[in-house]
Amino acid sequence: MTSPQDSAHTHAHPYIPNAVPAVRQAMLEEIGAASVEDFYADIPDGIRLHRPLDLPAPLRSEAELTRHMEELLGRNTSTRQALSFLGSGCYQHHVPAVVDEVVNRSEFLTAYAGEPYEDHGRFQALWEYQSMMAELLDVEIVNVPVYDGFQASGTALRMAGRITGRRRVLVATAIDTDKLSRIRDYVRPDHDVTVVPVDPDTGCADLDAVREALAAGDTAAVYADTPSALGIVDEALPRLAELAHDAGALYVVGCNPLTLGVLAPPSAYGADIACGDIQPLGLHQSFGGANAGFIATRDEEALVAEYPSRLFGLVPTTVEGEYGFGDVAYERTSFALREEGKEWVGTAAALHGIGAGVYLALMGPQGMREIGDTILALTAYARRRLAEVPGIAVPYGDALHFADFTVRYTGSRTATEIRAELKERGIFGSTPTGTHEAAFCVTEVHTKADIDRLAATLEEIVK
Amino acid sequence: MTAPHAPVSVSPEEARIAGKPRLRRFRQASWDEKLIFELGSPGERGVLVPTADPSIGKPTIPDALRRTDPPALPEMSQQQVLRHYLRLSQENLGADLNIDVGQGTCTMKYSPKVNDQFVRDLRIAALHPLQDEDTVQGVLGIIHSLEQLLKEISGMDRVSLQPGAGSAAIYTNVAMIRAYFTARGELEQRDEVITTIFSHPSNAACAKTAGFKVITLHPDADGYPDIEALKAAVGPRTAALLITNPEDTGIYNPRIEEFVRIVHEAGGLCSYDQANANGILGITRARDAGFDLCHFNLHKTFSTPHACGGPAAGACAVTEELAPYLPRPTVEFDPETGVYRLDDERPESVGKMRPFYGVVPNLVRAYAWIMSLGAEGLRAAAETAVLNNNYLLHKVRQIPGVSVPYAAGRPRVEQVRYSWEKLHQDTGLHSEDIGLRAADFGTHYWTSHHPYVVPEPMTLEPTESYTRADLDEYAAILAEIAREAYEDPETVRTAPHRSTIHRVRPEALDDPAVWAVSWRAYRRKVLGEAGRP
Repeated sequence: MTSPQDSAHTHAHPYIPNAVPAVRQAMLEEIGAASVEDFYADIPDGIRLHRPLDLPAPLRSEAELTRHMEELLGRNTSTRQALSFLGSGCYQHHVPAVVDEVVNRSEFLTAYAGEPYEDHGRFQALWEYQSMMAELLDVEIVNVPVYDGFQASGTALRMAGRITGRRRVLVATAIDTDKLSRIRDYVRPDHDVTVVPVDPDTGCADLDAVREALAAGDTAAVYADTPSALGIVDEALPRLAELAHDAGALYVVGCNPLTLGVLAPPSAYGADIACGDIQPLGLHQSFGGANAGFIATRDEEALVAEYPSRLFGLVPTTVEGEYGFGDVAYERTSFALREEGKEWVGTAAALHGIGAGVYLALMGPQGMREIGDTILALTAYARRRLAEVPGIAVPYGDALHFADFTVRYTGSRTATEIRAELKERGIFGSTPTGTHEAAFCVTEVHTKADIDRLAATLEEIVK
Repeated sequence: MTAPHAPVSVSPEEARIAGKPRLRRFRQASWDEKLIFELGSPGERGVLVPTADPSIGKPTIPDALRRTDPPALPEMSQQQVLRHYLRLSQENLGADLNIDVGQGTCTMKYSPKVNDQFVRDLRIAALHPLQDEDTVQGVLGIIHSLEQLLKEISGMDRVSLQPGAGSAAIYTNVAMIRAYFTARGELEQRDEVITTIFSHPSNAACAKTAGFKVITLHPDADGYPDIEALKAAVGPRTAALLITNPEDTGIYNPRIEEFVRIVHEAGGLCSYDQANANGILGITRARDAGFDLCHFNLHKTFSTPHACGGPAAGACAVTEELAPYLPRPTVEFDPETGVYRLDDERPESVGKMRPFYGVVPNLVRAYAWIMSLGAEGLRAAAETAVLNNNYLLHKVRQIPGVSVPYAAGRPRVEQVRYSWEKLHQDTGLHSEDIGLRAADFGTHYWTSHHPYVVPEPMTLEPTESYTRADLDEYAAILAEIAREAYEDPETVRTAPHRSTIHRVRPEALDDPAVWAVSWRAYRRKVLGEAGRP
């Protein structure tokens, strides 16, 4: 049977060498098949598509494709073309050139699931990523990256749930609503999520309310983000650990790893599981498409057993002096156990781990300290400077902020209106968090002059 | 000045180069590279970072939140870092370098380089997801257009590109199934999901994670999912069927419509795992067989690089009935104004599956790939992938020790699951040994997903990217290894011989006393070093 569409190829496509008619014919003859249709014999006629797909005409040449894509890309304005103060989970940091050089190498970019023998470099680079993150987080176990920080938080909470056998999860700091949405969906079959509202005056955890919520019992985990969704590094973080542990719960902390050259890692103040997103560690913003998640714990068998993710380990080979690598406790994963595994594991975000590893190696302890100091200083300055703008109040007093912070507009103009006027003046910012509340973010790419420009511009707009 | 050499006459026979050997003499780079912690010196820097103007001062950090000891990261100059990672890259065999047909079920196809250029453009790489919509019309247009393309390719009504990868898309579909039955008040009753043993493990694992009980169908004598087992399993508790077709064996289930009908009649939904869609693009569609939901792996079928295991990207496609449950936001287009916008007001949505809108760089690549091929090109890709697969099947089945279980005499679609059971019985060697020896010839080979229902499995998936010569070479490598297995099994048993490293001793990976997931764990547990440096 030959369908009318069979062999209807008018040109050799550069991506499909064997579509060349003579090659195709010779291969069919060698197999002893009349046509490619022979190979589709098991697909019933009733579910065959008896027409070509209705798609746009192909952009056959690379030149045509490039021109088309240029037209589309030209309809975007990047954060390099404007002065951007956007953050809230995706951050504009400088990406060192060497990071891009490494992650764009074909050998890393196009590899997949090779063995340690032909993909030794992938195993070593990811193991080194785990190891550098372990130094940063002051723990011994860090996984190969999962999809993103949302997923990492959801999994960390399910891990805590399996370990404690309990039902409730308490969120004690201000949390991003999208992240909360992801967590709620992900833990739904096994856990109820209770968000304990933060103190409206300080933006910090309400310890009495947390204590009260814990008194009801059955709590698997107390969860905190640092910085919180308000940008606050909460002084109550160590106290939350005590409260969680006193209640027999685990303490799970989501953190921005870029803070950890200066700020204490969660393990230092009692976190049992740390998690978060490595996008700040040398990954581009990419319209929010370049996140990757980490989960980190002590090296205890009971904790390791609950990871659904891949964990690469260092082992000897049959030759003295060689470093070999492999999957630690592979039999716990769904690759091995299907529905009996812990959650699931699949292709996630490994290359981002390699990139973050390059970033950490370039930065070293000094670079991580300096970038943390720079961002803390600029954030504090931006909050101070915007507080001087008539019509802007900067809430949460002296709470330490990192990168993200919020403001209140005390006049009649809304956050959305102010955002639109900023954009007219070439500035991205004022992400609405309420009618008269908005978020801004500064990082090391900003200067004092940038912040002064923002403040001066807001002075013109906010009246 | 020394005397010139006496002239030597070379005969034409001697001058002739004999041509390349039938199999290439490959050697993997081995730099004997140190671990990164063994490199560098205190004080070295790989990059300098901006420091804040000192006049603005510094905030006070509460003592309990201040880091006391600096993290023990490597301290290296920039070129050292670069050289280390480039050496590691040379010790890695990406799909751009080898005939990557041995990673069956993963659709290792060529990812065009021009598409990578679009992704690196700052008008993608430096876009922030919370910019105003009017500053990101290009990328919103790409996302929306890719959704339209995938609607036509799947036959479905709506698409979400938010899931972070194929397994995340499977999970998203399960979450939508759960939301659908929750809305109908049937979730308590419908708590079972049916899948098959030759579907990706994530189908079972995602259903379980979402709170469903999992029923796994095994193959009948011909290798098709057992329809009698389905009839026995289906009932008022059935929420959904999650199934791949062709399955990972490469066998297309001709009774797929009947499977769907049986599940629908019991009130369940049907979700098509299209990880193996590459061979059927433009041939048959999920909707044509009656499915309610499907997903694609954009990093497989639509040619985005696999990146050492991600970032990948997933696409979920659903019928109108399931559309209210799609992740939020959706990308909407107003044809009157020509403006794209994000719709976050979706009360029945399953919510967010990941931050923001999807793995955008891979969405851009997939869009560019489809736009460069068009309908005819997609069909050429599918037909050529299937031709290549059956060509390789024809070659491999002539190799001693290999068999092709199930569906005797029937063609295969996108891939084939072979068995080395006979070779194992004859020589004692395992499929894994053959894979390790394949590394010596400059190619990668992975056995198959667990469990090994097919004994000593090998799954080959040639896709459309490889030339006839590539396929001949790959078959010749397997034939050579099979010959060695019978004539010189020690060479295979001790392989690899030309790789970066020799065989790993895996025992330590399963022993909590010595497993070492990090350098500091290795130093504490294996080297016996106490405390920090």
